Amino acid sequence: MKHKNWEGFVGGAWQSEINVRDFIQKNYNEYVGDSSFLAGPTQRTNDLMKKVNSLFALEKQFGGVLDIDTATVSSLTSYSPGYIDKDNELIVGMQTNRPLKRGINPFGGMRMAHQACEAYGYKVSSKIVNEFQYRTTHNDGVYRAYTDEMRLARRCHVITGLPDAYGRGRIIGDYRRVALYGIDRLVEEKKKDKANLAKGDFKTETIRLDEELFQQITFLGYMKEMAAMYGFDISQPAANTKEAIQWTYFGYLAAIKEQNGAAMSLGRVSTFFDIYIERDIKAGILTEETAQELVDDFVIKLRIARHLRTPEYNELFGGDPMWITEAVGGMGEDGRTLVTKSSYRILNTLYTLGSSPEPNLTVLWAQGLPEGFKSFCAKVSIDTDSIQYENDDVMRPIYGDDYAIACCVSAMKVGKQMQFFGARCNIAKLLLIAINGGYDTTSGINIGPQEDVLSGDVLDYDRVVERFDRYLAWLSKLYVNTMNVIHYMHDKYAYEKSQMALHDTDVGRFMAFGIAGLSVVADSLSAIKYAKVTPLKDSQGYIVGFETEGDFPKFGNDDDRVDLIAKELTHKTITELRKTSTYRNAEHTLSVLTITSNVMYGKNTGATPDGRAAGAAFAPGANPMHNREENGALASLNSVAKLSFDDCRDGISNTFSIAPQALGKTDDERSANLVAILNGYFAKKAHHINVNVLNRETLIEAYNNPEAYPNLTIRVSGYAVNFHKLSREQQREVISRTFHIAM
Amino acid sequence: MIMENSVVTGRISSIQSLGTVDGPGVRFVVFMQGCPLRCGCCHNPETQGMEGGTEYTPKEIAERAEKYKEYFGSKGGITVSGGEPLLQAEFVAELFKECRKKGINTCLDTSGCILNDSVKELLKYTDLVLLDIKYTEQEQYRNFVGCEMSAPLRFLEYLNGIEKATVIRQVVIPTLNDNSENILRLAEIVKKYPCIEKTELLPFKKLCEEKYSGLKRDFPFAHLPEPTEQKMADLWERFNLEIK
Repeated sequence: MKHKNWEGFVGGAWQSEINVRDFIQKNYNEYVGDSSFLAGPTQRTNDLMKKVNSLFALEKQFGGVLDIDTATVSSLTSYSPGYIDKDNELIVGMQTNRPLKRGINPFGGMRMAHQACEAYGYKVSSKIVNEFQYRTTHNDGVYRAYTDEMRLARRCHVITGLPDAYGRGRIIGDYRRVALYGIDRLVEEKKKDKANLAKGDFKTETIRLDEELFQQITFLGYMKEMAAMYGFDISQPAANTKEAIQWTYFGYLAAIKEQNGAAMSLGRVSTFFDIYIERDIKAGILTEETAQELVDDFVIKLRIARHLRTPEYNELFGGDPMWITEAVGGMGEDGRTLVTKSSYRILNTLYTLGSSPEPNLTVLWAQGLPEGFKSFCAKVSIDTDSIQYENDDVMRPIYGDDYAIACCVSAMKVGKQMQFFGARCNIAKLLLIAINGGYDTTSGINIGPQEDVLSGDVLDYDRVVERFDRYLAWLSKLYVNTMNVIHYMHDKYAYEKSQMALHDTDVGRFMAFGIAGLSVVADSLSAIKYAKVTPLKDSQGYIVGFETEGDFPKFGNDDDRVDLIAKELTHKTITELRKTSTYRNAEHTLSVLTITSNVMYGKNTGATPDGRAAGAAFAPGANPMHNREENGALASLNSVAKLSFDDCRDGISNTFSIAPQALGKTDDERSANLVAILNGYFAKKAHHINVNVLNRETLIEAYNNPEAYPNLTIRVSGYAVNFHKLSREQQREVISRTFHIAM
Repeated sequence: MIMENSVVTGRISSIQSLGTVDGPGVRFVVFMQGCPLRCGCCHNPETQGMEGGTEYTPKEIAERAEKYKEYFGSKGGITVSGGEPLLQAEFVAELFKECRKKGINTCLDTSGCILNDSVKELLKYTDLVLLDIKYTEQEQYRNFVGCEMSAPLRFLEYLNGIEKATVIRQVVIPTLNDNSENILRLAEIVKKYPCIEKTELLPFKKLCEEKYSGLKRDFPFAHLPEPTEQKMADLWERFNLEIK
């Protein structure tokens, strides 16, 4: 198959089938030079960004939400076109009819829409209320099927953050397909798939997929209509860079108009764009400056993407992130790097537009990345604290070389795999429930196998582990079943029609489970094993505190005695989860990631044997507990690197904060040393790291004087936030984290 | 120290797995316990006493350092600092021997106050020496260090004789050595010895005050200010003018 808009591209399998990877492999030019070619922002970009920044300031003044359209249900074509500055925008398209105005998306659940509106002084219009009166939302469906035990587990917070009241997210459409093929071709292929389906037996699975294909095809049509409202015909392949970026953005825009999923990630677009940019530069219709300008304009659009959330949600996640994650760099299976000049260009937006938490720029680090690119990334990290790193050498053998990251750390092949997001269970709380024989002292709820409180004056390691394992088996089964309910209902009532239309019809599915409190439990078990832990009981005989005498090895010091306890915990958890079968035969995966909810998890968990007080925050993700590291930064990294990606295929998040002076004396030394640290950490087969290079003093200043630091961005757990958007409690927690300052 | 099986052990105050300011690149830094000097500007007072610390064998420390080899890249490695590592030269020599076997670059951070056969043996296994020239006046050495200035100079003479790669370091302390006369004298010394690859002027820092109060000791230089960045830049410029 040929198309005039493909002129100049090397042909291949991508022409006869939907295969963006093949297109990239045949056509991209790797770039191994340095950053000196980059251009700065144009006057137009500066002017536009100025407008956007004043909108951000206004939004902040309005308490975080500038405006809500309470009369319209968010969908692809439900709003008239919106602009920041129509005549000066290069890439267009808004979620609603005005920038930063939020739409209402009740498909996940009506309750969330009501709560969010009311919190900001709005009311959902009676029109929407009436429309949804006879309509089942995802949330309605879930609550029809939840068992009593599932409700209890949710209520006592042993499983939390479940996507049962809003969109599940964590699905990445292959938005590049819109640009490469145009909508008509995508529809044609989906119709073929539907016709093929008709040849087989119609079982439950087949009928469901058949209906889904119908919906996908319908929404591909809506995508075309949506683009037409902005004056574009996206039925055919994009003809140049501007169209390629615009078409891709329309694909993404359709997704975020349709779905309010927690994480709405972008995928891996920069090297794809680079092919168009190179072609246009060669043809003389684009310069470095105008190429950067297009990338800048696209990124501006991503920075103003918003979903309507409740204040509680914002408190949990530190603002209202969308996790618009873009994976940058990495290596190809053939040994060439996938770094192109556009990998630089997208990172350069942190300079041309200023630092920002969104899009969530994620560098796929490999030992083989070009040295110039490694240095540039390190410099950007040191200057902006706005990028995170994930180990391409660990992921590429599993996911190939065209995977992307959903949310923070979840890898999936673009357009070929998706995941059922499942938040996390609190294993520190589980440990306490286990030793109390099925009683949660924080909520006063009886849950799980009902047994006696663990007896004995001093906790015995083997008996505690035996009990914990049994409760872990119980919780794992409950957790999988709960997830099955949620995702059955999400497919039924809030299916991602736009995003799944940009996937292969035969898609691979993951069911992503998570744990919080790993370092708390590892240190607690270590204390029980190596020190003397005496349980303290309340008047009813429940264990509510611990007296710990003597020293014990603590996670984060590169000490196998405790590090292997942590590793074993993740192995046991995924092994138990695998014993219960999943909805649509999804593959079980596990993450060690808390986002910013480590504060909330801690709040809901009693005192633990490691000496952590009741209510005190957990460390985020897979981090060692704050200020327990005695041997410096690399020892801490080595401990986390021991956790196995094979057990934690949904990612192992580590957030690393270091003072600039601890990285070296000069700028060059600092970036070279950061490169060495990243090389070393990832050579140890570690999975992920957030890098913050800043002084605790800066954060304390920003805490005391937030107005002076409107753009201070810090990496938290798998994503970045504006420091001022964190709750005061989260800010204090971030300040209390370990800062490696040794000199 | 000698144990029954006659393995030399060392007394170590602490270990820092990430060091970036004591030697090139990313370094595993071992702080030895015990120092014969009493520098007024000392930022590791807890390492001064001869007692305390934890005993390790050279093999144990080399194995721990090896766990960080992936981070060292082409420049990094192990640095032994202190305290004064030359007080435990036999241990450090064994440690460096082990490290070299493992392909780990070795760096010694010292005041150069001791030069005996054990120290000479240690230098055979040392890739780079970071040598403090704390002052350039005998009087100041006597008052603020507690040794003769001839000691580090003799050490430097020896390093030059064996062509050992050396970095000279001086902490710039306001009112004591933040003047151009001192810088000129330092430059004179540096020009004399081709083994010197680099000189570093480090600003006096008072971050260690907490450590002193933890030890219930007075920080001898508590009354002195930290040098300004401008001052540091000026002295550095002056030094480089003189060197060229």
